[in-house]
Amino acid sequence: MKRQSLLHPGLNLGSTDEYSHDEAEPVIFGFWVFLMADLVLFAILFATYASMSVQGQAGGPSPTDVFDLPSAFIETMLLLSSSITFGMASLALKYKADRLHLVFWLVLTFCLGAGFIGMEVRDFWIMTQQGAVPQRSGFLSAFYMLVATHGIHVTAGLCWMIVMLVQLRVLGRTTEVKLRLMRLALFWHMLDIVWVCIFTFVYLFGVAL
Amino acid sequence: MTVESSFSLLGTLTPQDISFVQTFENPVMSEFIDGAAGSVLVIGMIIVAALLTYYRGWKTLWFDWLTSVDHKKVGIMYIVVAFVMLARAIIEGVLMRYQQSIAVNDPGVLTPDHFGQLFSTHGSIMIFFMAMPFITGMINYIMPQQIGARDVSFPLLNAISLWLTAAGAALVMISLVVGKFSTGGWTAYPPYTGIEFSPGEGVDYWIWSISLTSIGSTLTGVNFATTIYKNRAPGMTLFRMPLFCWTSLCTSVLMIFAMAPLTIATLMLALDRYAGFHFFTNDLGGNMMNYANLFWLFGHPEVYILILPAFGVFSEVISTFSGKTIYGYKSLVVATMSIAVLSFTVWLHHFFTMGQGANVNAIFGIATMLIGVPTGVKVYDWLLTMVRGRIRLTTAMLFSIMFLVTFVIGGLTGVILANPPVDFAVHNSLFLVAHFHNMVIPGVLFGMIAGYQFWFPKAFGFRLAERWGKASFWCWSFGFYLTFMPLYVLGLMGAMRRTVEWFRPEYLGWLQASFVGALLLFSGFILLIVQLIVSVRQRDQRRVPAGDPWDGRSLEWSNSAPPPEYNFAVIPEVSGQDAFTRLKEQGKAYASPAAYDDIIVPKNSIVAPVIGVGAIALGFALVWHIWWLVALGFVTIWGAVIARSFVTETERVIPASEVRADHEAWLQQVRECATTPREQEDTSANVGRAEVLA
Amino acid sequence: MTDEHVETYAQDFKSYCIGGLLAFMLTALAFGLVIFEILPHFERLIALAILAVAQIIVHFRYFLHISWHSHRDDLQLVLFTSLILFLMVGGTIWILFNLHERMM
Repeated sequence: MKRQSLLHPGLNLGSTDEYSHDEAEPVIFGFWVFLMADLVLFAILFATYASMSVQGQAGGPSPTDVFDLPSAFIETMLLLSSSITFGMASLALKYKADRLHLVFWLVLTFCLGAGFIGMEVRDFWIMTQQGAVPQRSGFLSAFYMLVATHGIHVTAGLCWMIVMLVQLRVLGRTTEVKLRLMRLALFWHMLDIVWVCIFTFVYLFGVAL
Repeated sequence: MTVESSFSLLGTLTPQDISFVQTFENPVMSEFIDGAAGSVLVIGMIIVAALLTYYRGWKTLWFDWLTSVDHKKVGIMYIVVAFVMLARAIIEGVLMRYQQSIAVNDPGVLTPDHFGQLFSTHGSIMIFFMAMPFITGMINYIMPQQIGARDVSFPLLNAISLWLTAAGAALVMISLVVGKFSTGGWTAYPPYTGIEFSPGEGVDYWIWSISLTSIGSTLTGVNFATTIYKNRAPGMTLFRMPLFCWTSLCTSVLMIFAMAPLTIATLMLALDRYAGFHFFTNDLGGNMMNYANLFWLFGHPEVYILILPAFGVFSEVISTFSGKTIYGYKSLVVATMSIAVLSFTVWLHHFFTMGQGANVNAIFGIATMLIGVPTGVKVYDWLLTMVRGRIRLTTAMLFSIMFLVTFVIGGLTGVILANPPVDFAVHNSLFLVAHFHNMVIPGVLFGMIAGYQFWFPKAFGFRLAERWGKASFWCWSFGFYLTFMPLYVLGLMGAMRRTVEWFRPEYLGWLQASFVGALLLFSGFILLIVQLIVSVRQRDQRRVPAGDPWDGRSLEWSNSAPPPEYNFAVIPEVSGQDAFTRLKEQGKAYASPAAYDDIIVPKNSIVAPVIGVGAIALGFALVWHIWWLVALGFVTIWGAVIARSFVTETERVIPASEVRADHEAWLQQVRECATTPREQEDTSANVGRAEVLA
Repeated sequence: MTDEHVETYAQDFKSYCIGGLLAFMLTALAFGLVIFEILPHFERLIALAILAVAQIIVHFRYFLHISWHSHRDDLQLVLFTSLILFLMVGGTIWILFNLHERMM
């Protein structure tokens, strides 16, 4: 029988678990559609930021005044690494029958993600200490809204990871759990793509303009 | 109203916010009307509760309906929400027309503030809580059956969407009794809706009810699109789907992409109001023009979210009651898709007058006129479907024909408004009000009523009384023209929308005519209710157990009326367009299948109602700054989601033997039914088995 | 890739590694451009935008496994989303900057 090995976005389980592989198609597709809606949400925030960062400074701090590039670079590295470690977790889900590999990579991803959030909170804290609060100007309102929306998404991803670690323990590697981990992977990689846009169009453009 | 000022247990809520207390303390006409509206709501709920108790209906309500995840029941519940909200919003419309018709050089009966609440709730309800639930319910009920599926792809998510929408509607209803609603219109433009000019709870009610329903609609869109992409019966290729499915697909895609701008705009407005951000404020770099931009990025596709499913209904109704395959199937599909894409390119025409350059206006004006082309294609296709057909003028068909005529008139005024210079002259006038009512009443409401008349026998197993339906049709039609044609004239005479008092005596006659028209529209609604009651009483003479009362063409007519929980005993194999007509012509329509399999259906779930109640609590608490309840609502919603993910027994199996017994019994019943010639469609001879002429 | 095709751990592992490597390089390049002020002003912005698009494609290809061989629906969806995002973001920026200019 001819079969497609790529039924859906993300790592496909393929021949290692054919039942879950077939079950995955509509479920992952639905989540993929949802992610597209989420992307629109971010796109709107980007468009708003694009105009407000230029037009809405209101005599307050400008992007160059408040952005900390080294910090943004570290955050980028953390998030990027976490995407790769989640990739390793997906591989463990597909190829390794034991739980240990999977849990190890998930925990590592969690730590990197938590590190990212920690750095971001630290950035925000320093900014507010300098008087760059969202109430100061339209630019800062748009900046906090965009970056914090991404941050909240990452935090949600972290909570999801905890739930999944518990489920791996309680429910084991059932099809349901596998499909959830595959969706979490898509979510996580998609947030990385949004972050690529944030570090380019917010941080780097902000300093380079 | 700042965050610091409100750490009491009930937030900013005080006894004076209850509308009856206000009526008591300040007994003027406007307050009496407000108090009366609140009383109707409260008394209505008490009556419903009493009836449920008397007929011992609570158990049925809970186990068969509220916790159900069956797409058919979810669909019906959506439509019930839509009807309840329609009742309120139509009364508000009549009240506004009354106020305007007596308020020439006279303050009338309503205070400006009350009038402002009326046009805000009327618009918000009609769009978000009448039209949206109506189309969503209709798609929910019909689409899975048309593509030969047993349910939507994510049944529980479907129920959650319903409950989120219902929670939004509940918030709007609560505002009738507790506090006031926004006076900022259904679009809620800042800076007027900012905290500076609209302190108090009104705009917050708007923000949170709209946010809840917009999230619900996004999830609905995801669900429908996945269903159509991944859940079709074998052989049901995309280009064999009935047109209603195509329009459902395009509407879902629009829901997926267009709701996000609204969600973001309302959240930004909330941040401005609650936390002192500067997205849309007058000062410190806020840009209120971005709100108009974001709102209409959603708002224009929204128009097509509403109208496309109605186009689908008209395609089905016109084709069925002309006894012909739809004319120009492919052109209709392409037109639908073009409209869906083009709808994302025209949003600026809602704010031509905001101050952008002539080039920007010109380009969006041209794009707007372009959208008329695919719509025109559709109109011709429908007309050509009727040519040489054997047309039966049922209620559904009458609504469809009236739609064609009226919608073309509305479309023409739309092309007029698409000219930026003309738009400058009539912007914000009653001409505009007349134009968009001219689009959405025939384009959405007539479509939904036609669909309701058409598919009611499928959903409940008996036909609606045509006589009352036709009476209702004439009221709707004449009512529409009498109400809104004068508004075109008034608009050209310079009358602006949302005006509570006039000072030009020459308006009087037109306004009075419009009020009479509004009364006719209201009668149309009442007659629909009468029709329902009469039909329920006569249900035994109106039953159509064989399930095909109109000689239908698509798969939903191939099962019983009402259909079993699992829709199809055996998933049908589709060999072409008009799948059921094909089966009937080949004589295979009621053949016994070779074998039956076990059917897996989702179990009922308490999760959706819990999320719904949590959402109401969350919204209400946010409106009144009751922070502990905000936390509780939030935790309830997400707690329910997480708890559910640990439940493993979510499905139950209906054994093949049971399916066989039920299905064979029904087939036997159908075979014993006499076939009905089309002339006897509206008689008790019609038991739902169509005569096949071919 | 539509035929019977059994992927191996090594292949999948390699794909993530290539993706990770490319992503790291592109990120470093982008930050380097700004920190060391390479290229004239306008060209630098263009280069940054191109690098971002390149990195997004890398992420889609190697992490999300979207390619020309994907299921047709998935790819269509991404392309359609790109169109809508282009319309929304481009339109918003165009309109708001036009308004801004005329207010000055």
